[in-house]
This record gives sequence, structure tokens and C-alpha cells, in this order.
Amino acid sequence: MYPNTQYLTHCAVETHELNVYYGDFRAIKNINLSIERKKVTAIIGPSGCGKSTVLRAFNRMNELVPSARTEGKVTFMGQNIYDADIDPVEVRRRVGMVFQKPNPFPKSIYENVAWGARINGFKNGLGLPTMDEWVERCLRKAALWDEVKDKLQQSGLSLSGGQQQRLCIARAIANRPEIILMDEPASALDPVATLKIEELMHDLAEEYTIIVVTHNMQQAARVSDYTAFFTMDDDRAGTLVEYGPTAKIFTNPGDPRTESYITGRFG
Amino acid sequence: MIRPQNTYDRESESRGLSPLFDENLPTRHKISTVWRFIFRLSTIIAVIFLALLLYNITNQAFGYVAIENRVDPASLAVNEIPIEEMEKDVLIALLRENISSGLMRQLEREKPLSEHTRDEVYALVIEKVVRPEAVRTWLLTESLFQRNEIRAQMAQEYPQAELTFKSWLSPQFLKVPQSSEALHAGIRTAILGSLWTVGITILVAFPLGVGAAIYLEEYAGNSWTNRVIQTNINNLAGVPSIIYGMLGLAIFVRSLETFTSGAALGFSDPTTANGRTILSAGLTLALLVLPLIIINSQEAIRAVPGSLRQASYGVGATRWQTVWHHVLPSALPGILTGTILSISRAIGETAPLVVVGAATFIAFDPDSPFSKFTTLPIQIYQWTSRPQAEFRNLAAAAILALLVLLLSMNAIAILLRNRFHRQGGN
Repeated sequence: MYPNTQYLTHCAVETHELNVYYGDFRAIKNINLSIERKKVTAIIGPSGCGKSTVLRAFNRMNELVPSARTEGKVTFMGQNIYDADIDPVEVRRRVGMVFQKPNPFPKSIYENVAWGARINGFKNGLGLPTMDEWVERCLRKAALWDEVKDKLQQSGLSLSGGQQQRLCIARAIANRPEIILMDEPASALDPVATLKIEELMHDLAEEYTIIVVTHNMQQAARVSDYTAFFTMDDDRAGTLVEYGPTAKIFTNPGDPRTESYITGRFG
Repeated sequence: MIRPQNTYDRESESRGLSPLFDENLPTRHKISTVWRFIFRLSTIIAVIFLALLLYNITNQAFGYVAIENRVDPASLAVNEIPIEEMEKDVLIALLRENISSGLMRQLEREKPLSEHTRDEVYALVIEKVVRPEAVRTWLLTESLFQRNEIRAQMAQEYPQAELTFKSWLSPQFLKVPQSSEALHAGIRTAILGSLWTVGITILVAFPLGVGAAIYLEEYAGNSWTNRVIQTNINNLAGVPSIIYGMLGLAIFVRSLETFTSGAALGFSDPTTANGRTILSAGLTLALLVLPLIIINSQEAIRAVPGSLRQASYGVGATRWQTVWHHVLPSALPGILTGTILSISRAIGETAPLVVVGAATFIAFDPDSPFSKFTTLPIQIYQWTSRPQAEFRNLAAAAILALLVLLLSMNAIAILLRNRFHRQGGN
């Protein structure tokens, strides 16, 4: 039923017959995808094939677009997050997100990390980390601590693009999410900053499930354990063509469309 | 030797002989020069008109005045003590002797004479007894360049009068209340009336306007009703202000009279027999600027990048947390600028207040929202419509005061914007 599910053991999140519409337009069509826990899954495909829409379906961000409508199921921790009794705010705490363009809050570096944790009810209790410790821990995990430890009160916007993106990653993990969604996290960055983000993804995968949308084929090959290839249908709706371990998708794709896309890009 | 066709083309193009393009560069430069001239001309014309306006006002606000005392102060001296050195009691007695009992009663009713300071009584004596009068005023340009002619004219036509150079805009002018004597008239009541009115306008229009803007931008969907509401707000911003005056008259002055006159709260000011109060005026102006504040705030909120909202929702913020912690702080400079500019408009409004019933002559300060009132533009309007020339000098001085008030408000807007920009950005 799911493409290539024989490789998957236990899943962090699963979609079942997922459809997202923008008004009358169907952006993605009947997506069935099981994301492996604590692995990096890359979503690749040509422009406009609904990669970002799929990603945003995992934390109900599509709902912020007034005309968007979602059908089907996204099962996360045994529950469909689109059920009526599920609060999207709680979903977004558990499923963090990093955006294409670094978008730190126009607040201090410290506040950027602390704010999300605080509004989500971060506890200052016996035996628990204090907020200062927690901010430090998150910045360390995002490999940013050494660069910013002396200027925590400076604006997050004063950092370079790559640092800002790592700050956004620190901000996402400050909520202790299960899953981190990354929407082309390195596309606005230079190669050195990109490399750092990629290394970071690799490290974070020890603790978090990471789903990353990328249009950079090499990046997908480098960082991901699994790859999902999407393309557009004749009616311009995005569909899942092939999904499996990255090594297999890149060396021995099962679908001719995957092969032509990958080889076309490799040239 | 056979050359490929395109090689030939390149070579002839490099010699300036392109078959594809006309030689039109000089013409294009000429056209852009003409347009630059036109744009510069329109700027210059605008500046000229502004300069003319300022010239016209300053010309009237300063200049020579011929002042004639109706009663010679020297003749008022008692026991050879000139009035400048008299005690308060003597001055009060002098006042009682020389003015009608009706006027005396009126003065006592406003504020008992015994409670006045000596200097206030002295000012009353000068105003009511000596009664200096501006018999002739000259413009600033005349005063500067035709001094001798003015002196000659003075000697011939007003031998009794004293010629002084007067700045109609003076600290005295700002401090004293309205008076029927041009030399003693000031704009204190008008300034206080304007401040009270605008204060109420801000208190009502700012929260309502910003609240509505937040609702329309952040909460309301793109439904048919909301589009109708939006269109109506845009149209309301263009409705002539006198229409708002009619509305204010119907609602606040007439229908809600018990509230706007203060009767419902136990205020029974005998001088305010109806709803023509500061409260009514402030509420009317609030209605007037509400659409402007909503539109300006909406634009400021819309200018907040969507990526900031996404970041906030992305870490699990609710709509209200997103609005309060991120959208509003980022939009605040724009909201404040828009609000202050709208309030500037409210300060300058005349027509709706005439309809709502601003009093044209008020000699005592407004002291509550339920007081009768006048405002600066009403005062100016009233003075310019007087036949006596010296009241036009007063009007010019009041216009300068109003301009200074408006410019300082705009300066505050700019300062606030810069301040919040720095806080947000760094």
C-alpha cells in the first residue's frame, strides 16, 4: 500500500491519502508517506510539485493560508493531527519548523530561543534546567553557542545569514519537538554556511526526526537517510512518485521519472 | 572564405551599424531631460505656494501698531500715585468707579475680585478702564521698509496714538483667554479646548481603530461581509468632515445629551445647558479619524513580514501571542505615525465642530469633558470673519501657533518611529 514500506520499521509520522487544496486547486494528491523516526528524510522534486505543502501538512501550517483545505490523515504519535479535538498550537510545539529564509524574531538572541519555550509553559522547577541553562543547551545543540555566548542580548538580526538559520534551529529545538521540519533550510545561504547546516542536521538526527525539503540533489544525497521524490501530475497536483532509502533512490531508482529527474540534474 | 552569418552581424554592430536597432539614444536622453524638468517644476511650484502661505501669515502676525488709550492713564492717578504703583485695593476701587455695575457683576461672577492677584487686577484696569485700542495696524513688510511713511502718517492721522512694533504671537497671546478687545485677546481657552478635544479623540479612536485594524488583518477571513466592511471603511475615510459633524450633532449632542452634557454623571454645569460639550466634539472627531486610523494601522500591520508570523506560529504561539509579541511591536512605529497624522487632521478640523456647536466666544477655561469649548481652528475662523483689521493679525498669530502645534506633533511622530525602529532592529 505504501511505496517501498518494506524498508521502514517504526514511523514517527504517517500520512494517509493526504490531499491539500488551495481554493479549487489541488496542490497535493493522495500522499501516503511514512517517515522513519530519528532519521533524515529528504523531500525532492521539481518546482511547484507541492514539496513545501506536504511539509507544512505535518504541523498544520497550511491552515494559515485562508483558502487552504486539508483532507486525509496525518498520524503522529498514534493520533490524526487533523482530528477536531487536536489543537494545532500543540502540534506545532511538538513538530518544530525551520524556514527557507532565516527569520529570527527581531529580539535578542537569548529571547529568540527562550520565547517559544516560555510561551509553551517552560517550567523552572527543582532538578529541571533553568531557562539560562536551557537556552545554552539549545544553542550548543545548534552549534551556535561559541559564536554568540558573549552577545546573547544582541539582536538576532545582527547575526550572519548562516548564524541566523542556526538560531532558528535552536529556537525550534527549544520546544523539545519530536520532529523538525526544514523547508529548504540552506537555499539562502553560502556554501560554507550550508555545510554547517548539513552537519547539524546529521547531528540532530540522533535525537530528532528530521524532514527536509530541498531542491539541491547533492544535499539530499549527502544528508538524508530516506528520500521521497515528488512530481506534478497532469492536473498540476503534486504526487509521490517514489520513496525509499536515499542510496537506493539515487543509485537504482525504481521509476523512470525519478531517474530522469536525478540524472537530468546531475547532467 | 565563408563566414558564418552571425559573425558578420557582430562586426557591423560593433561599427554602430545595427540592422535591428534605430539610433535613438540622443532622443531618449532628450525625453528624460524634459521629464526631469517637468518634475522639478512641479516641486518648485509647490514650494513657492508653501512659501507664499508662510509669508502671508508672518506678514500679518508681526508689524507696527498704533495704540490709542481711550482714557489717559495719567488722569487716573489718585493722590499723585500713578496706577502702575497702586495697591490692589485701590485698583479695585478704581475699577468699581470707572466701569458699569453690570460689567462689575459679571467680573465678580467669573472670579471674585478679592481672589485676583494685584497684577491681574492691574491688567483688568488697563483692559476695562484705560482701554488701549489698536487704531491702525501695518504689515511686517510695511513696518520694515516704509518706517518713515508710517511715522508721517501717524503724526498726521493719529497724533494721540503711540506707535509700537508688536509681535501678535507672544507668550502673553498664548496665556490669556479670548477677549473682544484685540489687544487683550489670547488663545488660551482655544488651545485648552483643542487639547481636551483631541485628548478625548485619542482615547476613543486609538484603541478602537487599532483594535479594528488587528481584527480585520489578523482574525477576519476573506469573506463577503468582511470585504464589504473593508470597502465601507475605505469610503468612510473620504466622507466630507461636515457629514461627521451632522452625525455627531444627531448622536452625541441630541440623542445622547444626558451623557454628553454630564447630567447622567451628576455634572450640572449651569453654563452647559445641552450636549454641546468637549465630550461631544471629541467623540465626533474620533468618528472622523477612526477610518483613517484603521486604514493606517492596517497598512502598518500588513507591512509586517509574513515570515515573522510564520516563525511565531511555528514555535507554537497562539494567534493572540503572535499578534501581541511580534506583529504589534513591529507595526507600532507605523501605527503611531498613522495615528499622529490622523490626530493632526483632527486638530485642524473646523467644519464638524461648527456643526456640533463649538462656542465662538469663551472667556473661561474648559475644566472637564462636559465644558463648553472652542478650539484653535474655530477661533481662527471666528477672528478672520471679523470686520476689524486687527483681528486678522490675531488670526495670523493663532495660525502660527496652530502650525507650531501640528509640526511638533509630526516631529513627535518621527521621533517615535525612529525610536521604535531602533528598538526593533537592534
